[in-house]
Amino acid sequence: MSVLALNFGHGALIQAMNVIELRDIYKTYHVGELDLPVLRGISLSVKHGELVALMGASGSGKSTLMNILGCLDHATSGDYLLEGQEVSGLSADGRALLRNKKIGFVFQSFNLLARTSALENVILPLTYTHEPLTDHEANRRAMELIKLVGLEDRAHHEPSQLSGGQQQRVAIARALVNRPSLLFADEPTGNLDSRTSQEVLAMFEQLNREEGITIILVTHDPTVARHARRTIHISDGMIVDGDFAPPAPGGAA
Amino acid sequence: MRRIRLFRILRTIRTALKALRRNPMRAALTALGIIIGVAAVIIMMEIGKGSSAAIQRTIANMGANNLLILPGTAASGGISFGAGSVMTLTPQDAEAILKECPAVRSAAPVVRARTQVIHENKNWVPVFIFGTTAEYLAVREWAAMAQGDMFTDSDIRNASKVCVLGQTLVRELFGGASPIGKEVRVKSISFKVVGVLSSKGANMMGMDQDDILIAPWTTIKYRVTGSSATTANQSSASPAASTQVNTLNKLYPSDQLNLYPVQSAAQQANTPLPVRFTNIDQILAAAQSGPEIPLAIRQITQLLRERHRLQPDEPDDFTIRDMTEMSKTLSSTSTLMTNLLLSVALISLVVGGVGIMNIMLVSVTERTREIGLRMAVGARARDIMRQFLVEAVVMCLAGGAVGILLGCGSSFLITFMLRWPTETSLAAIFSSVIVSASVGIIFGFYPAWKASRLDPIEALRYE
Ligand SMILES: Nc1ncnc2c1ncn2[C@@H]1O[C@H](COP(=O)(O)OP(=O)(O)OP(=O)(O)O)[C@@H](O)[C@H]1O
Ligand SMILES: [Mg+2]
Repeated sequence: MSVLALNFGHGALIQAMNVIELRDIYKTYHVGELDLPVLRGISLSVKHGELVALMGASGSGKSTLMNILGCLDHATSGDYLLEGQEVSGLSADGRALLRNKKIGFVFQSFNLLARTSALENVILPLTYTHEPLTDHEANRRAMELIKLVGLEDRAHHEPSQLSGGQQQRVAIARALVNRPSLLFADEPTGNLDSRTSQEVLAMFEQLNREEGITIILVTHDPTVARHARRTIHISDGMIVDGDFAPPAPGGAA
Repeated sequence: MRRIRLFRILRTIRTALKALRRNPMRAALTALGIIIGVAAVIIMMEIGKGSSAAIQRTIANMGANNLLILPGTAASGGISFGAGSVMTLTPQDAEAILKECPAVRSAAPVVRARTQVIHENKNWVPVFIFGTTAEYLAVREWAAMAQGDMFTDSDIRNASKVCVLGQTLVRELFGGASPIGKEVRVKSISFKVVGVLSSKGANMMGMDQDDILIAPWTTIKYRVTGSSATTANQSSASPAASTQVNTLNKLYPSDQLNLYPVQSAAQQANTPLPVRFTNIDQILAAAQSGPEIPLAIRQITQLLRERHRLQPDEPDDFTIRDMTEMSKTLSSTSTLMTNLLLSVALISLVVGGVGIMNIMLVSVTERTREIGLRMAVGARARDIMRQFLVEAVVMCLAGGAVGILLGCGSSFLITFMLRWPTETSLAAIFSSVIVSASVGIIFGFYPAWKASRLDPIEALRYE
């Protein structure tokens, strides 16, 4: 497989430190007069190259936590270090830049642009890079990722001409096109049948294993969570277990 | 850094084009408002420009660039007798004006009469009987003769009994038959018709300019009005020399009633100015162009004051009238109409803009998830804003371009089918481009701003 040719640039130096470091994160929504605490003191860390599942009952705050981790939202209080960089104080533009450079998202409902080819969909994040690529370079990179997810013969199909599994694979290619170090997937298999789910999950595992991408998956499904090496359980806005990485098999913590 | 910015703008335009292509029907219908608005503006401006040019031509045809120089006002004991009540203009004044005033294109002396013209059993009193020179046609910008020729300078020297008739007079006296070579009688003097003028229509006062007889001024002066000391003007101080249609005139065929002994040549030579024995009723001059009218007036005034040897403290012994007020009024009426129509067209452009805003707002709502996704993959608020603004502007500019084609095409058709005068207006085209881009920016701004203010999480969750 040509996968190894892809250089995601995650050197050994970063490997040593935590990609994600959360300290005492609170998130409170204000609905009218009411304060609605959703996250109540979350602390966790994720090491480089981990595949982590985030589980919990509906309404426990998984998506809220994911949004904060994905820099789509900011916490009410607490510290968040992403690859050693303080994120909590960043402006909206700063967070946008960070999302573009370091983070990829995969959604339950794919969120592909309608009437737009798979290739164009994958190119989308490249439109917003700080230093724009040439068309040729952007196309080449997108095509590489479409090959990686095994859709080279569907590159010019529109989402309506693709199956759910294929659409989700396009979404994965899109999430990876900017060579992020982190991939967030909020119930990525929620809209897929079990066979396609297995394909998509296998792909996550492969990306994690072969490309060294850190992946955090939100799921309700324990069979999905079994693909992960670590599972964080969250309940009522607090982590029940799995907040810190177990010692690596090699013993170097 | 600048290269990157340019690159970004190009990419944004491409993104906008792609977004518009995803719903081409809607984009086309939205742009239709702008298309119609711009086309209406173009048509209005071109029709306006064309008709004002046509009005300018008509005004020139009516003699708008003409200057009428009348003898001065006689005042005696506080009683003013009105223009023409003294005789201060000579044919030599007309020649001098033509020679020495650079702002004057042509000038002709005019002697007027008002009397019956008879041919066989028909008679008619034309509005104008002018004794003048061949130059008169140049002054009036009268196109080529319909038939025959204008009389010549030697006819003037000899006071030949020849004349040229206007179309109305020909119709009334000859009933359409060719009058060339025939005779008409004016005050019992037979004139041979040598030419027929082309038709000119009514002048600015509504008077029929074709109801005219033109003869050498010497002939009218000496043979028709018959007195060297009076004018044919009704306000003349000498009622005896009146040329009014008067049955009594028939009793005096020569119409030369001398109350005073005729002056001898020596007496005439000794008489000081301003008494001139060969005076004329008016001088008609034409300025080189409309804007040069005031200059021509200044030059003529200066020249005539010199020639009439007026002291600086003496008032002018002549009056110069021009038609600029009249032509200004006419052209301002057409400008007013054009502006009125233009503002209606502009309103339709604004309505088109509101249509754009409406559709852009719908589009922002519809594409909320797309906006959320773009934000999730790294679009900043300003990127989203720019994208929607560029979409609106692209739609407006495309609509504007089609509108320009449609407008120019329609005004061509209007000229072709209705024979309305139109004139291609580059200003209209340029301003349409600018106006449609501004409409895009103004009406695209609010939707774009709304889009940029969306919260990515809520946008992504939007159903
Ligand atoms: N914008 C908001 N305003 C107010 N309350 C909110 C908002 N977003 C989420 N919540 C509340 O926060 C709580 C956690 O929501 P969240 O979406 O994180 O749950 P979840 O664990 O992802 O659930 P599910 O498994 O159903 O997706 C819910 O009770 C929800 O009502
Ligand atoms: Mg959720």
